Amino acid sequence: MSDITLNASAKVAEAAPRSAPISQVGFVGWMRANLFSGWLSTAVTLLLAYMIVRWAIGFVDWAFINAVWSVPNNQTQACRDLRGTGACWAVITEKHRFILFGTYPYEEHWRPALCIALFVGLYIVSAMRRFWRKELALIWVGVLTLIGVLMWGGVLGMPYVPQERWGGLVITLILATFGLALAFPLAILVALGRRSKLPAIKALCVLYVELIRGVPLISLLFMASVMFPLFLPEGMNIDKLLRAQLAIILFAGAYLAEVVRGGLQSLSKGQYEAADALGLSYWQKTGFIILPQALRLVIPPLVNTFIGFFKDTSLVLIIGIFDLLTAGKTAIIEPAWQGFGIEVYLTVGAIYFIFCFAMSKYSQGLEAELNRHRAR
Amino acid sequence: MSQTTIDPRSLRAPPRRPLRLSWSDERVRAIVWQVLVVGIIGAIVWWLWSNTVHNLEVRRIATGFGFLGREAGLPIAENLIPYSPTDTYFRALLIGLLNTLKVAVVGIVLATVFGTLIGIARLSKNWLLSKIAGVYIEVIRDLPLLLQLLFWYAILQGLPGPRQALHPVGGVFLSNRGLKLPWIEWQDAHSYALLAFALGALFTWFYRRDAIRKRILDGRPRPVWPVALGCLLVLPVAIWAAAGAPWTVDWPELRGFNFRGGLNMSPEYFALLLGLTTYTAGFIAEIVRAGILAVPHGQWEAAQALGLRPGQVLKQVVLPQALRVIIPPMTSQYLNITKNSSLAVAIGYQDIVSIANTTLNQTGQAIEGIAIIMLVYLSISLSISLFMNWYNARIALVER
Repeated sequence: MSDITLNASAKVAEAAPRSAPISQVGFVGWMRANLFSGWLSTAVTLLLAYMIVRWAIGFVDWAFINAVWSVPNNQTQACRDLRGTGACWAVITEKHRFILFGTYPYEEHWRPALCIALFVGLYIVSAMRRFWRKELALIWVGVLTLIGVLMWGGVLGMPYVPQERWGGLVITLILATFGLALAFPLAILVALGRRSKLPAIKALCVLYVELIRGVPLISLLFMASVMFPLFLPEGMNIDKLLRAQLAIILFAGAYLAEVVRGGLQSLSKGQYEAADALGLSYWQKTGFIILPQALRLVIPPLVNTFIGFFKDTSLVLIIGIFDLLTAGKTAIIEPAWQGFGIEVYLTVGAIYFIFCFAMSKYSQGLEAELNRHRAR
Repeated sequence: MSQTTIDPRSLRAPPRRPLRLSWSDERVRAIVWQVLVVGIIGAIVWWLWSNTVHNLEVRRIATGFGFLGREAGLPIAENLIPYSPTDTYFRALLIGLLNTLKVAVVGIVLATVFGTLIGIARLSKNWLLSKIAGVYIEVIRDLPLLLQLLFWYAILQGLPGPRQALHPVGGVFLSNRGLKLPWIEWQDAHSYALLAFALGALFTWFYRRDAIRKRILDGRPRPVWPVALGCLLVLPVAIWAAAGAPWTVDWPELRGFNFRGGLNMSPEYFALLLGLTTYTAGFIAEIVRAGILAVPHGQWEAAQALGLRPGQVLKQVVLPQALRVIIPPMTSQYLNITKNSSLAVAIGYQDIVSIANTTLNQTGQAIEGIAIIMLVYLSISLSISLFMNWYNARIALVER
């Protein structure tokens, strides 16, 4: 039997190579495999496509075709006539300076604008791996000082601007960035303390972390705004922004400490033992062997935690600090502009989204790159 | 067993040296460091405490929780138990706590359901469905929750009034006064049926455990479903029918300028629930996706090779392993929902934070007010994590 089949196959002339059927490869094949692979899949695809098209047409109508882009001197009647059918982007045209810079003096708006650019530059530099050296800490100190000088002014011919007049996007960036920069050293100390063999120090660190993580950030912000003045001696008072900043640092410290602790725990015991065997002291062991490895491991979760704080700074709205979201909410308090919340929140949301999306994409890319040696 | 035998382990242990008063002795250093740190922190706390006591004296604020018994005089729009402004602060705070629990519990259930569905959709073979779920997850997680709450609230406030209410399905009305749903008129018969259902569930659970135990002993399968059917369906329905089978649906209808009857969801509660659910569902979807992906493909294949049916593969092999990965991060999401429900204060839903804040503004008892908020959240957080840790320990891999 086998001989016959062998002979038979040998006699068949070699067929000319044919290309795969059009229905299996290329765009059509891809569509068949990924969109129309069965009756259920086809139904889902058609339903979703219908909904997307309908929604997209409705959105384009509302946001662009029927929209009003500007109105003369707060005459919002044209906008009100469109209620529900068209967006009133005039509120953004009119109030964008206020949303971005709050009540900062109008002629000096270039200063917070420059600060925003500096913050973005700082993030970009910190994101590049070639700058991950000790000098990066100096760059941070330098840029943050420069931002402080620019915001306060009072030197180099820039008029002094008190903290009460700061506002908008720059406050969001200040709260998030200073919060992270100051919470990070605290978090490292607490994480080390929580893994320490000394019972009293360990207990203090556990108490701090669990207490802070068990309560919402709002209660800490309330504490900063209502209770903090009672804590200080008479006559001594700290600015509201600084108090909120302190609450955010304490809050961020507890969460970052848990992230850092995760990194410390993932190091193998051999690293600790090898450092001990070399006769290094505790701080030498920690500074030269443990932290450089542990911190590198936790960079992706650190970026994710930072995204969380960046969003959470919006909570200062509740104690009346003028960050980006508060500025947006305040912009529509004026009677002429009441009722245009959706347009303002979409714009403010777009700003938050740009920052968070960039950081989130960066974190995903970094994670893949740092795990490259594990990929098979 | 003679007394001269020395435990060999004591020979291997390092000899106990007497404590030397020298910096080179590790134990001395440990004691010095701890005393130093505890001393510094203790001094700071004492300094803050003495300042506080002094400031309270200067401002003539009496400390203590005596104010809880005083008349609150603050109106509360939504209450699960009867309340009037003449009631005490204690009762007002209790209402606030119940309102927090009301939004947190419903939010946890809804977010789990939607999050799981979206997580499964993200893994779908249908490219369009998977991409839409991906875009949803990315967008919702990159926007602050507070912004989303304000956005939903702005949308709800922009809806037409009750007379022009949106009316998608019969009996459902959506207007700037909130969401109205039909609801059955609750009578005693319903309570009895519910009680029978709970007892039946308990009995079914014990019966199933016993059946599995006996099956392990003699290998004979004992079907559980007849008992389950009887206890969970037949018995409650029979009791409900015996009590007269009451069935009156309370339809909401427009009377004058507002709706009467039916189940009412205020715009504040609806916006908060919508915001919390959609936001947390984005996070839960990623957790569910990661959990399902964490089960290696070989496990599916091995289970199929053993001849298990698809349902059994999912229930006996895949889910127990996926749940092990899912439960710990899910716990922190449940805690997050509870803590995030405190953002209610920004849109005017009267939860515990909102009512405690009003209380401390009215009475000036700042420390007590914030202590109450923190105590409430600490105990809720602790209860949720205790329960989830118990559940996690139950399903955790038992290693030998």
